[in-house]
Amino acid sequence: MSFVAIVVSSILVNNFVLMRFLGICPFLGVSRQLATATGMGAAVVFVMTLASAITWVFHHTLLVPFGLAYLQTVVFILVIASLVQFVEMVIQKTSPALYQALGIYLPIITTNCAILGVALINVRQDYAFLESVVNGLAAGMGFTLAIILFAGVRERLELADTPAALKGVPIALVSAGLMSVAFFGFQNLFRFLFS
Amino acid sequence: MLEAVLILTAVGAAFGSLLAVASQKFAVTVDPRVEAIKEALPGANCGACGYPGCAGFAEAAVSGVVPADGCTAGGSDVSRRIAAILGVEVVEREREVARVLCGGGDRQAPFRFEYSGIQDCQAATLLAGGPKGCTYGCLGMGSCVRACAFDAIYMDRNRLPRVVEDRCTGCGKCVKACPRRVIVMGPVSRQVHIVCNSRDRGPVVRKVCTVGCIACRLCVKECPREAITFEDNLARIDYTRCDNCGLCVAKCPTKCIVSTAGGMEVARGA
Repeated sequence: MSFVAIVVSSILVNNFVLMRFLGICPFLGVSRQLATATGMGAAVVFVMTLASAITWVFHHTLLVPFGLAYLQTVVFILVIASLVQFVEMVIQKTSPALYQALGIYLPIITTNCAILGVALINVRQDYAFLESVVNGLAAGMGFTLAIILFAGVRERLELADTPAALKGVPIALVSAGLMSVAFFGFQNLFRFLFS
Repeated sequence: MLEAVLILTAVGAAFGSLLAVASQKFAVTVDPRVEAIKEALPGANCGACGYPGCAGFAEAAVSGVVPADGCTAGGSDVSRRIAAILGVEVVEREREVARVLCGGGDRQAPFRFEYSGIQDCQAATLLAGGPKGCTYGCLGMGSCVRACAFDAIYMDRNRLPRVVEDRCTGCGKCVKACPRRVIVMGPVSRQVHIVCNSRDRGPVVRKVCTVGCIACRLCVKECPREAITFEDNLARIDYTRCDNCGLCVAKCPTKCIVSTAGGMEVARGA
């Protein structure tokens, strides 16, 4: 499978938030403002890429040789959570500026389903190492795209004359659903692009 | 089975020790006073101090960039506690609360046109100077209510903001939120207010509002302490001179001077 196909697939066709419905809680929780949504997106890109790389290594050097592939979920959670904790500490020590921009979002997403999801999908698709990393990167970018678009919508919704019963989260959920429907439009993209 | 248990234990132990070592090696020493001050602050993250949230203020206070009484929202109580943590003295100041200096609600100050745009004062004032006849008064869309982090302002039925003095912390967020500068901060003990903000001349004010200041200067003549001054067709009270006597309240022909003495809000037409 070519890298282009993986990238297009993860960002548009199988967008993690809007098509796979993974990572909904940060998507709804941190999308009030464009600035924080961008920070969250950057953190997710970072963690997803990192998690893809490290879980691939663990899966292929430890779990497969010992026939323990069924322990994927447990080991992946353990590995990702510890690693992100470790990276957070390193960033806090070495780069306070980066920590200010990224650090507060890191603990929120360590054991997020989207992060674990990308690791498990990499294994299920039987991706090679580089393909896994690219898939993680693209999945993170897809999440960022979705949350930035959504934050833009929500910032405008704040000023809109919404019916009282729909103010706040209800109208946000409705908008998220409509965005998801819009992304369904990418479903047949591959037929036009690659045939 | 045994392999599974062993490997999972080994992986867990390996990462556990990695984190333990890392927490030692990459430990960042934080001044314990920052944490103590953060505890003492109200924690509303209102931003009145000029820092992004209470954590930002705590750090600035420890490094001496802001004085101990820099948190207006917390009042003297919080100032004293922060001063104790930092080991400095603070000068007591009287608590200030927000005062809405406009009495022109929907009933007193009629509309020029029907506005159906964004329900926000900033947006409304940009459209041809706002829908109200008076271009100085309250627009009644409640931007100040939304700006208040302490639920101290509400809109009455006449669509005028009312300040709950007990809840107001004097952070000044509403002052900044109001595009008409109708809200000012004043000492909590001063209870006579000229609730008009119009700089128009008397005849113009009369046309757009029934309770506006028409610049007749009767209050200036009445005041025994010379606390009222005139500027741009508008009377203003000097809160440092006023002693709440209320003589001007009785004299004002348009009833735009009100007294909140005795804890009773003069709720005109509400």
